[in-house]
Amino acid sequence: MAYETLKVVGTRPIRPDGVDKVTGRAQFGADMTMPGQLVGKMKRSPHAHARIVRIDASKALALPGVKAVVTAADFPDIPDEMAFVGEGPMNFRDLSCNCMARDKALYEGHAVAAVAATTSAIADDALALIDVVYEVLPHVIDVEAAMAEDAPLLHPRMLTQGVQPAPTKPSNIAKKMVFSLGDVAQGFKEAEAIVQRKYTTKPVHQAYIEPHACIAAASSDGQAQIFSSSQGQFMIRAYVAKLLSIDISNIRVTPAEIGGGFGGKTLVYLEPVALALSKKCGRPVKMVMSREEVFKASGPTSGGAVEVKIGAKKDGTITAAEATLKYQAGAFAGSPVGPGCMAAFAMYDLKNVTITGYDVVSNRPKVAAYRAPGAPISTFGVESCIDELARKIGMDPVAFRAKNAAKNGTKAAYGPTFKDIGYVETLEAARKHPHYQQPLGKNQGRGVASGFWFNIGGESSAAVNINEDGSAVVVEGNPDIGGSRAAMAMMAAEVLGLPIERVRPIVADTSSVGYSFLTGGSRVTFATGMAVTQAAEQAVVELRKRAAVTWDIPVDDIAWVDGKAQPVGASAGKFPPLSLAEIALKSARTGGPIGGKAQINAQGAAPGYGTHICDVEVDQETGHVTILRYTAVQDVGRAIHPSYVEGQIQGGVAQGIGWALNEEYIYDKDGRLENPGFLDYRVPVCSDLPMIEAVVVEVPNPRHPFGVKGVGEVPIVPPMAAVANAIYDAIGVRMPDLPISPPRLRAAIDRRAEAAE
Amino acid sequence: MSKHHVSATVNGEPVEFLCEPQETLLDVLRDHLNLTGSKEGCGSGDCGACSVIVDGRLMCSCLMLGAEAEGRAIDTIESLAQGETLHPLQQRFLEHAALQCGFCTPGFLVAAKALLDRNPNPTESEARYWLAGNLCRCTGYDKIIRAVMDAAADLRK
Repeated sequence: MAYETLKVVGTRPIRPDGVDKVTGRAQFGADMTMPGQLVGKMKRSPHAHARIVRIDASKALALPGVKAVVTAADFPDIPDEMAFVGEGPMNFRDLSCNCMARDKALYEGHAVAAVAATTSAIADDALALIDVVYEVLPHVIDVEAAMAEDAPLLHPRMLTQGVQPAPTKPSNIAKKMVFSLGDVAQGFKEAEAIVQRKYTTKPVHQAYIEPHACIAAASSDGQAQIFSSSQGQFMIRAYVAKLLSIDISNIRVTPAEIGGGFGGKTLVYLEPVALALSKKCGRPVKMVMSREEVFKASGPTSGGAVEVKIGAKKDGTITAAEATLKYQAGAFAGSPVGPGCMAAFAMYDLKNVTITGYDVVSNRPKVAAYRAPGAPISTFGVESCIDELARKIGMDPVAFRAKNAAKNGTKAAYGPTFKDIGYVETLEAARKHPHYQQPLGKNQGRGVASGFWFNIGGESSAAVNINEDGSAVVVEGNPDIGGSRAAMAMMAAEVLGLPIERVRPIVADTSSVGYSFLTGGSRVTFATGMAVTQAAEQAVVELRKRAAVTWDIPVDDIAWVDGKAQPVGASAGKFPPLSLAEIALKSARTGGPIGGKAQINAQGAAPGYGTHICDVEVDQETGHVTILRYTAVQDVGRAIHPSYVEGQIQGGVAQGIGWALNEEYIYDKDGRLENPGFLDYRVPVCSDLPMIEAVVVEVPNPRHPFGVKGVGEVPIVPPMAAVANAIYDAIGVRMPDLPISPPRLRAAIDRRAEAAE
Repeated sequence: MSKHHVSATVNGEPVEFLCEPQETLLDVLRDHLNLTGSKEGCGSGDCGACSVIVDGRLMCSCLMLGAEAEGRAIDTIESLAQGETLHPLQQRFLEHAALQCGFCTPGFLVAAKALLDRNPNPTESEARYWLAGNLCRCTGYDKIIRAVMDAAADLRK
């Protein structure tokens, strides 16, 4: 780390975009308008699986006010090609078919046509007039049913990858993967206690409060403007360019403020369709999803079936661990089973471990990334199993984890050897926390669970421009999803030696800043922060050069201290320090505008670990679980703005509690979603939760100028097991199936009573 | 389909607008009056992002028709600050970092204002139940509740 003495980093200033967001002035996806804009709406399949025999839009097109209709026929029939512009690999062709169904509708809510009209009411009428003839096909919803030999096939050409010899018969299993270390069979022979269990999780939605929204305008010269809410304006640009076969230089995407994403806004749904409609009718087209569309047609994360087996000696040493993960990908290949496998045992230093993963398609919406994609599903199983095993050998669950914890030098099953990790520190902080000692009452219990996430780096661009009055602007390319503008401005202010109020950040459109990979993977404060820091450092070099010109001494004799150029060294001469503002004022005479720019592929990301303590009280009559107290410890490397770091942790915990207790996709026998609204898909509300204490542990990442690791994803990984383990502690009932909703918990309590009789 | 002519008071100012019979108050605020601070998160009264105060009563503006606004006084997020001066709720939300994405924030602020207008000294539990009609997916509500409790204390001074 280059910066040890800090003035701005680590403080809690008001975020630069704050006032706009508390006064209603901030412009989110649906808030933008363009002159002459039309309303775009999607026609969606009512069937879970159906061949599209014919689409007749003639009646809709004849309706006054209807300006354009598009179907898959209006999109280029692009070949299979893997893309790495979103969070995780994506096949461009699949994405195209997901935006607009080609030949087959693969889930209820799959878009089959779209209309642009002068009003919302006319667009609705037009949708009803588009005649789609379907041939309904058998469907399959659940992951294990989809893997069955005789399951209805979604993609008749899908041959399972990763299997030797390569299969010749198609199936719904897109891919099999195995990660292995040591000799698991031998490890289990050495074990003195083994726990083996199957765990299941349901698909859950990111449930950002802002539905997807965009406005797109095509010009007759081939250029296009898009204003949309997403986790990456460059991601939108890349996908739209590919799906519509447009040159990237002809598309300018301006990022709106984003009303939550959590990974769910790392794909396109509306933008290519809105632009296709706009191209057809020559007017801007605005599209906004309804909440029902968000649930039915945008990505939740996978549901999964996870089998875990762990063996240990009586002294607590884990001798072997094994897991098999089956993840639903939705209608197209690409579940997060890969990271699910890799994260499953990444908390532990294991000699013998095997993880097998299956990526399985079924008639559900294509999954999208959701906060630490894949890790919460496998970790729920592993951390529940660890808890059971700790009890079996009579060890404290934190001590059991500490005994087997991954440390610097631990080789992970998925390849790397960990360095600069802070897992043990989180366990230690949890063990010492007063929460861990607090006495519990009747029907109350305490659960502990840990979690891991990689955190990533990647491509980021930033510019720092010094203004003529001595203030500065930071230009960056990552949508601010939870306060990252503040972090960017703070790092620049630290380097420049300016107060935070004199540094203003903007998130620029795709034509105004260099390429930046999307906001995801907990990368922005790490990678874009590194770019901003380097840009600011470059500006400081330039500022020192201008002082050198002014004083006529070598630049190497000038240091930058507290926002001022100062002569250093014996031969430098004695000059009063020159402030940034003084240098900026004279920049025209010393060489022109001053600034710095960095375009990097940030390397050296360090993984994050968290350990959570959860107290619950179970009402055995109703099956209702109350969260009494929650403490989340996490190593973040370095907290740039501690309030927003805590906020990420608290928010991740709340989502995890929802995943544990309430949230699930419920389908009827025809494969139709029964709960596509917030009344029936119940995310935690204010009265469901206590205060959530975030304990920030700082084991710095030496490869980042300020020690940053990343924070946003780890906190959603431990909660499901922490809650389930607490429920077991409270009433002695093990809950391996999520969500642990009141009816499900009641049934488990009844089963236990019946078994006891 | 003929439009309704509606006269109402919005943020203290008399307004007139024409709206279609099926348009909600939220549609009118956003699309006709350019008051886009109120947000549509669900359209079914479940998320509270469109919260406004109608004749002193907290409402989801997505659940009220524009035509029903005739003769009523409506206050939106845009009227919470007095010119350059933020309301204590707004100030405390900023200080506590009680917003991440900021999309639910206008609704929370309006709902919290309605709470404090009626109960200047709420317990944490009362605040949590009052605000249970507003969904936030980013913060886990911790900092929101702290901000509301601190703003309540400010307003009691």
